Amino acid sequence: MGYVALESLRMRSARPTGSVQMAAVRMQFTLYLVFLLNIYNSFVSSLYFHIGETEKKCFIEEIPDETMIIGNYRTQLYDKQREEYLPATQGLGMFVEVKDPDEKVILSRQYGSEGRFIFTSHTPGEHQICLHSNSSKFALFAGGMLRVHLDIQVGEHTNNYAEIAAKDKLTELQLRVRQLMEQVDQIQKEQNYQRYREERFRQTSESTNQRVLWWSIVQTLILVAIGFWQMRHLKSFFEAKKLV
Amino acid sequence: MLFWFLLLCVQLMLGWIRASELTFELPDNAKQCFYEDISIGTKCTLEFQVVTGGHYDVDCRLEDPDGTVLYKEMKKQYDSFTFTASRNGTFKFCFSNEFSTFTHKTVYFDFQVGDDPPLFPNENGVTALTQMESACVSIHEALKSVIDYQTHFRLRETQGRSRAEDLNTRVAFWSIGEAFILLVVSISQVLLLRSFFSDKKTTTTRVGS
Repeated sequence: MGYVALESLRMRSARPTGSVQMAAVRMQFTLYLVFLLNIYNSFVSSLYFHIGETEKKCFIEEIPDETMIIGNYRTQLYDKQREEYLPATQGLGMFVEVKDPDEKVILSRQYGSEGRFIFTSHTPGEHQICLHSNSSKFALFAGGMLRVHLDIQVGEHTNNYAEIAAKDKLTELQLRVRQLMEQVDQIQKEQNYQRYREERFRQTSESTNQRVLWWSIVQTLILVAIGFWQMRHLKSFFEAKKLV
Repeated sequence: MLFWFLLLCVQLMLGWIRASELTFELPDNAKQCFYEDISIGTKCTLEFQVVTGGHYDVDCRLEDPDGTVLYKEMKKQYDSFTFTASRNGTFKFCFSNEFSTFTHKTVYFDFQVGDDPPLFPNENGVTALTQMESACVSIHEALKSVIDYQTHFRLRETQGRSRAEDLNTRVAFWSIGEAFILLVVSISQVLLLRSFFSDKKTTTTRVGS
């Protein structure tokens, strides 16, 4: 979206610039605007849900390795007097915890009422992103709910094309091709991950097969052995009792 | 400069088009609702799939700001629903696992509001695209649908795989458990029989069967 700034200013300011310095200043301002607006854009209202004070909400992302995830969240607290949700509350933070497929914590940080967390996966699999509020002032909640706006971008969607275009100085066509390359990259990674998952599935099925096979054999042997033992034991018992 | 800044701000406001894709766990007897502010005339799509748990079904309900139910399905495994927002306001959709007593469900949903933002601002038909650019656009759309199919395939594969892993652990526990039960039952049978005969020392009659 910030690419808008770059494009508009480039197209519309067709009149010749006075000096090189003025152009540099304008370029600087443009870039500053680009980044500022991009930061603003990431906090634009999105999907939201309600969370209680001690409640922990977890989301699962099944991703291949070397994939970047950017999560943006924004919290709002319900004000009983005004009966509406306040835009931002001081002192209200969220604790974000990210676990990798092996249950190892890869990100565990506390952010303010608005935050942005970024992490890159190193092992493919199910990553768990958990959020819970760290409100120490119980009075803030008073039985109400906290509204959390959440937006999680995965893989190719994390790329900020405006930044890439500005940094690498790409033309329109080049940027489009770059976007296609990123998409294809993501598809390739997903396919690799798919292969790894299929292998795991196959191993699990074969292990189940082995277990069922061994168990049937062992069970039959145990049954036969127990039968023999029972009969022999009872026979000797009855013979001792002089009943047989 | 201020004019450009305001223009950019306006353009930014128009860019409230998002796709939210989340996978979350729904405990038994629980209901989880999500809300989104949508402006009138926006075409939205809600797609959900149950990934793990029980019979892979969940209740889904979509309401508009007036409370009118736009979509309501009980015990659905996978569905896709497209609608156009008839008014401005907060739309709400809920997933419910209240019919289940002890199975947790993992639900994936993808809520697309509006179309994806174009890479450039002048894509709304102001200037014509060159052949290369329109080829790029069509490839982009095709790749997007490939990624979408991949996601659904991945979810189905996860379903199958988690079932297989459950089965594997259950077979292990059951086999050990049954061996144990077998031994316990047979030994206690013998002991019980012995106890029948040990008490009656005075009876001389043969106990026949």
